[in-house]
Amino acid sequence: MLQNSRNPGCTSPEVKTGTTIMAVEFDGGVVIGSDSRVSAGEAICNRVMNKLSPLHDRIYCALSGSAADAQAIADSVNYQLELHSIETGDAPLVRAAASIVKNISYKYKEELSAHLIVAGWDRKKKGQVYATLGGMIIRQPFSVGGSGSIYVYGYVDAAYKEGMSKDECLAFVTNAITLAIGRDGSSGGVVYLTTITEKGTEHSIIPGNKLPVFHDE
Amino acid sequence: MLLIGAVGIRFGPIRRRVIGEEDRVCAAVAAKVRFGMSSIGTGYDLSASTFSPDGRVFQVEYAMKAVENSSTAIGIRCKDGVVFGVEKLVLSKLYEQGSNKRIFNIDRHVGMAVAGLLADARSLTDIAREEASNFRSNYGYDIPLRHLADRVAMYVHAYTLYSAVRPFGSSFIMGSYDQDDGAQMYMIDPSGVSHGYWGCAIGKAKEAAKTEIEKLQMKDMTCREVVKEVAKIIYIVHDEVKDKSFELELSWVGEITKGRHELVPKVIKEEAEKYAKESLEEDDESDEDNM
Repeated sequence: MLQNSRNPGCTSPEVKTGTTIMAVEFDGGVVIGSDSRVSAGEAICNRVMNKLSPLHDRIYCALSGSAADAQAIADSVNYQLELHSIETGDAPLVRAAASIVKNISYKYKEELSAHLIVAGWDRKKKGQVYATLGGMIIRQPFSVGGSGSIYVYGYVDAAYKEGMSKDECLAFVTNAITLAIGRDGSSGGVVYLTTITEKGTEHSIIPGNKLPVFHDE
Repeated sequence: MLLIGAVGIRFGPIRRRVIGEEDRVCAAVAAKVRFGMSSIGTGYDLSASTFSPDGRVFQVEYAMKAVENSSTAIGIRCKDGVVFGVEKLVLSKLYEQGSNKRIFNIDRHVGMAVAGLLADARSLTDIAREEASNFRSNYGYDIPLRHLADRVAMYVHAYTLYSAVRPFGSSFIMGSYDQDDGAQMYMIDPSGVSHGYWGCAIGKAKEAAKTEIEKLQMKDMTCREVVKEVAKIIYIVHDEVKDKSFELELSWVGEITKGRHELVPKVIKEEAEKYAKESLEEDDESDEDNM
């Protein structure tokens, strides 16, 4: 079945968060969202995994790629960021969190197989979204990632407009992830959403049957 | 406890005996009373890893004396920036003008003025630069001055713990300006203690300089105004009799420099020095009237 020289049958294929992840900036904060499917080959290990991981009070990251690698990075960054914020005596900047993620991703580029999108709010630059694919760092108004993202590049490029409100962003993210789930076998389940602003974080879950319905259904 | 008189009486008739702990304490106390609070710490001052019986680390205090022997450096934090001024004594006419700088750039946005043993100060400048550079490499943004001051102070303090090394014989005033956090200034002394300041002076004329600085309302002044006052204060505290010629080194960082620490431009420096010299002449004239 899955036997070949790399997988002699006694080992199971690597657990991947196939995934669709996304984050958008708006005036006052960010919205970050993900699907919830974790697959090991054809099996779905976990259909309700929350791929949005906190790095600090107002900084979250979205995990994609190898589940273990992504979680290992997120845990390490969480630790380093807490130490950094205690040493400086201030809430950490989103840029700092993204830089730490980027440094790990780049240094261990050959060993790791994970991509984290870092998004959050800080008092200097307010809401920010950073992509760290491959060990680079770039701030974007919105960013998509994971295996499901390729199916929705057209949608997000067409639907994005500047100056969206928080609710418009929530709808934008929900739609994009739903469409990706519809086409990507490695994405599915529910949509997790987190909104981060100066006031704090708000979480919501949209179960499968409450997702927006598009033409093919 | 033990009186000097008692010590005298005890030592009198005794010719030969082992010097005990009590005698050492007596000697130190005697020395302290004789020389006043800035005393020698006979026997307890050979290494930084030794406390004296009254709880002082003399090596660190001696290091501070080294700073007091150096010419004056001042820093003033104002509404929109920080200005540094250093009285750079010119020991020889053969020196190239502008050499032997006492104000350094630690990072684009951080400047540092030093007093004391210059070689010690320079090696610490390298450490501070490395800290700032590593911070930017790890976290992707300019190091906040408070954090840099903490890190550098920790480093200076480390050299006060061991007998194998000596403490740094210099004090450092660091300043920066940031759009969001505003102007900041910290001073680190040889003991490894760092404080934030609105106005600070180190070196031989620090008391006189502090008196002058206290007269200013720096919180309401801009860098442009403070530059002239800094020049004036350096000229005031400079001792014409003991020290011959000096060069004024002026630098600033603030909104006026868009957050970059730079030497004050020639034109503004000349204006400031002119103001300083004119103020001194005015004071001289007013003194004559009083006579």
